[in-house]
Amino acid sequence: MNNNEQKLIDLIIAMESTEAIKLSAEMLAAGTGPLAILELCRSAMDIVGKKFEDGEFFVPELILAGDTLEQISALVKPLLAKAGEEGRQKHGKVLIGTVAGDLHDIGKNIVTFMLDVNGFEVKDIGIDVPIEAFLDAIREFQPQVVALSGFLTLAFDAMQETVAAIEAAGQRDPIKIMIGGGQVDETVRDYTGADAFGMNAMDAVRQCKEWLEVAD
Amino acid sequence: MNTNHNAELYNERSQRIEDAIALRETDRVPFVYFSTFWAARLQGLTIQDIMFDVDKYIDVSKQAMEMIQPDAYSSLLFAFGQTLEGLDFKPMRWPGHGTGANVTFQYLDQEFMSVDEYDEYLFDPTGFYLRKYLPRMAGAYGIFGQFPDFPATAEWDLIAAAGGFADPVFQAGMKHLFDVGEKTAYTLQQMGAYMQDMKDAGYPLIAGGFTKAPYDLFSDFLRGSKGCMMDMFKNRDKLLAGMAKARVLLTRNVEATTKQFGCRYVFMPLHWGLDGFMSPDQFKTFFWPELKNVINDLIERDLVPNILWEGDCSSRLEIIADIPPGKAIYWFERTDMVRAKEVLGDIVCLRGNVPTSLLNLGTADDVDAYCRNLIEKVGKGGGFILDGAIGITDEAKVENVMAMAESVKKYAS
Repeated sequence: MNNNEQKLIDLIIAMESTEAIKLSAEMLAAGTGPLAILELCRSAMDIVGKKFEDGEFFVPELILAGDTLEQISALVKPLLAKAGEEGRQKHGKVLIGTVAGDLHDIGKNIVTFMLDVNGFEVKDIGIDVPIEAFLDAIREFQPQVVALSGFLTLAFDAMQETVAAIEAAGQRDPIKIMIGGGQVDETVRDYTGADAFGMNAMDAVRQCKEWLEVAD
Repeated sequence: MNTNHNAELYNERSQRIEDAIALRETDRVPFVYFSTFWAARLQGLTIQDIMFDVDKYIDVSKQAMEMIQPDAYSSLLFAFGQTLEGLDFKPMRWPGHGTGANVTFQYLDQEFMSVDEYDEYLFDPTGFYLRKYLPRMAGAYGIFGQFPDFPATAEWDLIAAAGGFADPVFQAGMKHLFDVGEKTAYTLQQMGAYMQDMKDAGYPLIAGGFTKAPYDLFSDFLRGSKGCMMDMFKNRDKLLAGMAKARVLLTRNVEATTKQFGCRYVFMPLHWGLDGFMSPDQFKTFFWPELKNVINDLIERDLVPNILWEGDCSSRLEIIADIPPGKAIYWFERTDMVRAKEVLGDIVCLRGNVPTSLLNLGTADDVDAYCRNLIEKVGKGGGFILDGAIGITDEAKVENVMAMAESVKKYAS
């Protein structure tokens, strides 16, 4: 790794967003390949994720680093001959969405980000997701894990109904279902029929790693 | 009940709450009633039914109060469906307007002030609100964008600016607002009558005024959560200056609006300062200083900040202990109440925190046991008010609410 490569990673981790974007543009102009830039960003995001897990970073750092990555990607993407994803091995597939009636997304977005940087292939189907949309996405995406998010207390019933519908559609096994969000606890997990609940994004990562037998 | 008896009850309940806030031991732990739409279910009504009809809302609320007989209650009735509709209010979805008939109102996390507009806000918040912010917040406030820019005029220009009021679009917009205003005034008038009825029935208020933490104002209603978090790194000084300005604006009318209800309690729900969202350093830099200023401003005006700390704030307890003792209420949602009692027991009255999952899904016995534990451990020595973690949830089982309300009469602290 040359000096600039290490510097780009360091700038992203130091939350020096403007400088990181500027350096990326300079490196691209000087001949560094677009895929190489993206890979450096990916390495930086792995470190950001690790620091979040360790309690050194919090949501503001995730948001800023995510925004930096987005802006660098916007510089790089037009230069890619084919928009092919780098062939990084994924641990497994997680389908995530906020259940019907609930419009909150920040918790879901943080979980999505953390699962992504931890090597899972995550499909986020948004907020206020009707049961049918979950069933369709399961058929199409074939996830090993379904993550139901909800901030409001009305989500308890929506989660329970979604789990029941997955079961009724014959899609429950071998899928693992986890729930998370503001009010969720063991009582809610039991009521909804989910396999696990999480209090934060790290719980979600830990649980997926355990289910999919991913070594730390 | 006769009037004298109700007046005695009113005084007794008021004193019990005041003693709890002053950290004095009370005859029993007080229990207060706060809910958004739970009462609707008592008459098989939907949230939409009562959100659009203040009289129905009051009717079910009175039924709830009669059943529960709390030591105090919140003045907040969210019967502003017609106002929201009339305003074409943008940051929210509500029953019939983006959510189902029985799905509560929800805010959308959006940016309403761009990063480039900090200077405008800091220089002239009223002008910024009129010309840019309010038209973004509500369709019906769009006409404020045409409001004459009076500070930019002098002498005859200022007089001639009155010609702007002849604009037919402006006039039509104002007429529409008069109509919205009348509907809203009716709602407020009925709420005032409800509060008088409750006072006559012996129930004091636990919330009259309303304000927010300056950070939450910026995150919820100006910059959006993403913008605000990015500003912590990229526009730190402007965010801090904006919040310092907002704090003055937030507290300048709160004394009048609170005391008009014959009440000293100001409700402040907090959204973004909880554990896990911000680091302790970010909390100490961006959230706590201006919130503490608001708290002190209110206390100096002889008001009682009644602060709902949403989520888990266990790591903040030592920091937020820095307020005058016996002058406020800290209502915790998921914070460990026993630890809160250890750290804050000599500082602030604690309120909470029967879990929403228990109220919605548990049994009355579960609720009773949970309340007993809270009363015995957190109520010990005074300075505790029993309530749900976020009040009584819309879906709470009636028998569980009753178990919570009755527990304070069964168990001694």
